[in-house]
Amino acid sequence: MLDSKIPAGKLEEKWVDYKGHCKLVNPANKRKLEVIVVGTGLAGASAAASLGELGYQVKAFCFQDSPRRAHSIAAQGGINAAKNYQNDGDSVFRLFYDTIKGGDYRAREANVHRLAEVSVNIIDQCVAQGVPFAREYGGLLNNRSFGGTQVKRTFYAAGQTGQQLLIGAYQALERQVAIGNVKMYSRHEMLEIVKIDGKARGIIARNLVTGELERYFGHAVLLCTGGYGNVFYLSTNAMGSNVTAAWKAHRQGAYFSNPCFTQIHPTCIPVTGDHQSKLTLMSESLRNDGRIWVPKQKDDPRKANDIPEDERDYYLERRYPAFGNLVPRDVASRAAKERCDAGYGVGTTKQAVYLDFRFNLINKYGRTEANKLGIENPDEATLVRLGKEVVKEEYGNLFDMYEKITGENPYEVPMRIYPAVHYTMGGLWVDYELMTNVKGLYALGEANFSDHGANRLGASALMQGLADGYFVIPYTIGNYLADEIATKAIPTTHEAFEASEKEVAGRLERLMSIKGKQSVESFHKRLGKIMWEKCGMARNAKGLTEAIAEIQQLKKEFWSDVRIPGTINEMNPELDKAGRVADFIELGELMCLDALERNESCGGHFREESQTPDGEAERKDDEFMYVAAWEFKGESNWQLHKEELKYEVIKPSQRNYK
Amino acid sequence: MEHYTMNLTLKVWRQANKNVVGRFETYSVTDISSEMSFLEMFDVLNERLIQEGKEPIAFDHDCREGICGMCSMYIDGRPHGPWHGTTTCQLHMRAFKDGDTITVEPWRANAFPVLKDLIVDRTAFDRIIQSGGYVSVNTGVSVDGNAIPIEKEKADKAFAAAACIGCGACVAACKNSSALLFVSAKVSHLSLLPQGGPERKTRALAMVAQMDKEGFGSCTNTGACEAVCPKEISITNIARLNSEYLKAGLSADLSPTS
Ligand SMILES: Cc1cc2nc3c(=O)[nH]c(=O)nc-3n(C[C@H](O)[C@H](O)[C@H](O)COP(=O)(O)OP(=O)(O)OC[C@H]3O[C@@H](n4cnc5c(N)ncnc54)[C@H](O)[C@@H]3O)c2cc1C
Ligand code: SF4
Ligand code: FES
Repeated sequence: MLDSKIPAGKLEEKWVDYKGHCKLVNPANKRKLEVIVVGTGLAGASAAASLGELGYQVKAFCFQDSPRRAHSIAAQGGINAAKNYQNDGDSVFRLFYDTIKGGDYRAREANVHRLAEVSVNIIDQCVAQGVPFAREYGGLLNNRSFGGTQVKRTFYAAGQTGQQLLIGAYQALERQVAIGNVKMYSRHEMLEIVKIDGKARGIIARNLVTGELERYFGHAVLLCTGGYGNVFYLSTNAMGSNVTAAWKAHRQGAYFSNPCFTQIHPTCIPVTGDHQSKLTLMSESLRNDGRIWVPKQKDDPRKANDIPEDERDYYLERRYPAFGNLVPRDVASRAAKERCDAGYGVGTTKQAVYLDFRFNLINKYGRTEANKLGIENPDEATLVRLGKEVVKEEYGNLFDMYEKITGENPYEVPMRIYPAVHYTMGGLWVDYELMTNVKGLYALGEANFSDHGANRLGASALMQGLADGYFVIPYTIGNYLADEIATKAIPTTHEAFEASEKEVAGRLERLMSIKGKQSVESFHKRLGKIMWEKCGMARNAKGLTEAIAEIQQLKKEFWSDVRIPGTINEMNPELDKAGRVADFIELGELMCLDALERNESCGGHFREESQTPDGEAERKDDEFMYVAAWEFKGESNWQLHKEELKYEVIKPSQRNYK
Repeated sequence: MEHYTMNLTLKVWRQANKNVVGRFETYSVTDISSEMSFLEMFDVLNERLIQEGKEPIAFDHDCREGICGMCSMYIDGRPHGPWHGTTTCQLHMRAFKDGDTITVEPWRANAFPVLKDLIVDRTAFDRIIQSGGYVSVNTGVSVDGNAIPIEKEKADKAFAAAACIGCGACVAACKNSSALLFVSAKVSHLSLLPQGGPERKTRALAMVAQMDKEGFGSCTNTGACEAVCPKEISITNIARLNSEYLKAGLSADLSPTS
């Protein structure tokens, strides 16, 4: 039975109560306890630093050459917190409510409320570390708006929020490395979890420089290994982002939850051709000032700037007057797809819509600046010039990036954008303490399934990663380790380590010995195509059933015909990639199975069979109000467990952003 | 934007590992679209090498968005290639024309040993941060985020310095292999903010000492670093570091840093 271990009591008192009563480990004992942290993005770096500060002996791992390069670095737009600095009616309850509603009522109330509570501490912590958030002229912190909310609660640092937050956490981590509380292993990839008597007790990692396998012991193991969006091949994730760590844990018994809940982000630079290796996000924050439209006329041959105002269809403003361009991501993405499928798309591929800044550049920023400078009756050129300055300060790096990639200047012509895979709400099942169903094995950040239900609101992944690492795990891990103080460090000569290493070595040798004809990349592309077409923005039973069969076939082909150059005992990026793609293939199958089983639409999961007459997602609460938790039973064989979701404070209703 | 395709000759540094001598190999690539990124052109070449049963070229990359600092190619004598303020991964093929020959090498510096082909070891940068590139504040003890207002101008300057992605192009461009632009960006970021104030002196001294220990050269003000920095980190940060360093050196009550 799945026990989510949600504390009893009133929602707003649960976390306070928990902290007041959980077990503690005294400082002398902490020094004898070893914790393995796999992954040093926002979740892992904040966890490793905080646990190091508490006095635990931490070993941290990442596959990049430095912890500062984790995928978190790429986050652009911002981080939410219920500070209510804008005096616009925000509160912990409102952030909690927006997140639950944004997630289409498929997240746990208790977890999300805790997230909203600690959000305020995150900002304080980051400021204290020297994170240079955007400020107003009075010297106080500035905020912007994000989708799915009607308040301004998003803190940011231009379009580089993730970078600044990660550098903050990285510096805290390096400080602990210097003191000796954390030992950092970069260019290392975890390839197996070692379990002893049912508890996670260590990992097998491959040194990516020498190719050697290494064994590490820990009293507990934390997986902070990020999301699996790259199962689609093309996504906004970094090239190396992968599911391997979580997948190994899954095969070792950890349940995988809601794998089909993936987020397709509405504003990304469209695909240009077969050579495309990744897609680039244009932050949701741009929807503060950018208006989305397509021509009212099909296949309109004119350039965007030549199409007059009354011949443009601002379809989000038309369909969703209350939230307009700031509807949540799933809603915005589907609306873009609807317009393009109906033949109104723009650009050479017709798979794009416009994101246009001109109106706000002139009317919002240009005019305000002109007023500040006391310029009466400014002409349009002046307004454009003044507005540009402000837009540059807010989003300069994003505009530059757009221009470098497309060769077009977004200050002059509207951006062309299209939805792309961006984030995965699903992940390892965890309880309230962030522990998986395997004792001593935890999952933090994007790697777990916990807080975003079926759709994550913008600026809340950074919040969740840092909440998990700085403010949740330091308490909850003590509750487990307090009972482990008598456990001496287990030597890695133990037979369980021996067996795990052998298993990993065997798999690597199997991969190398295939010596087939097709490259790893070609398999990854084919998997991505199946996933995007049949388990992407719209899904149906027929497509999903076909996808499962196709993926099983692809798996067979991969294991009989993949070609990996080089050898095992050297730096071999192709081998690293092969292992990851092999795991993606297995995950892809489970995602389709989960999507097939969930015969309702909710959040990012849109089943064509389940929609309202006007094409909105239709949930079926009486049948599907649960977290799907899949247990691995063998190749292509899973058992579904259900954790029922109980709403005690919020009453679920059909989401309405009109 | 007009698109075109091109055929190119590539001269690429190949080196099996740290302990052997490397050399250039020449490859020709055909039908490269001007819409591709520079790294996508390498993807195309690597796919072909794999098909031919050869070893693909190893290079560092991850975000491909110009922010993680991982990509690091020395292209035609310039770190990150011909575009100003641009990382290797954001360089696009429309920077080149049909028939061009492009030479690609790894970063060259004693403190950045080559691990394989175009991949170097930049962990020296992490050790410099370990020596003092942080604010010593533990999780959970901080005051309200708005308790200390910070002048917008200072905050903006701190942000501009904090934009450094730790790529090491500055080192690769410098004839002395100095890391001073990188170090000064971090020292400036933190010393411009009140939160970084208490450790200003020890930080500047410790980070410079670690830089020397790692084998980076000294700065002779050539400005080559600023010219290639993809994040356009200004050398005024070096001036600020020098003044921090001097002030710290002059004060008597220095306690050793850990
Ligand atoms: C382009 C982009 C922009 C975004 N913008 C925002 C935003 O504005 N606001 C917001 O809230 N969210 C945003 N997000 C989402 C957010 O950035 C991520 O969800 C979040 O940063 C994930 O953090 P993490 O710590 O869980 O994982 P990651 O940052 O992905 O870190 C994973 C870590 O695990 C390591 N790792 C993985 N596998 C292994 C293994 N097998 N062995 C060893 N190490 C391993 C990696 O080396 C890395 O250190 C954005 C995402 C993208 C793609
Ligand atoms: S200063 Fe510039 S060139 Fe040097 S590491 Fe930082 S971003 Fe790279
Ligand atoms: S790959 Fe991240 S900066 Fe180039």
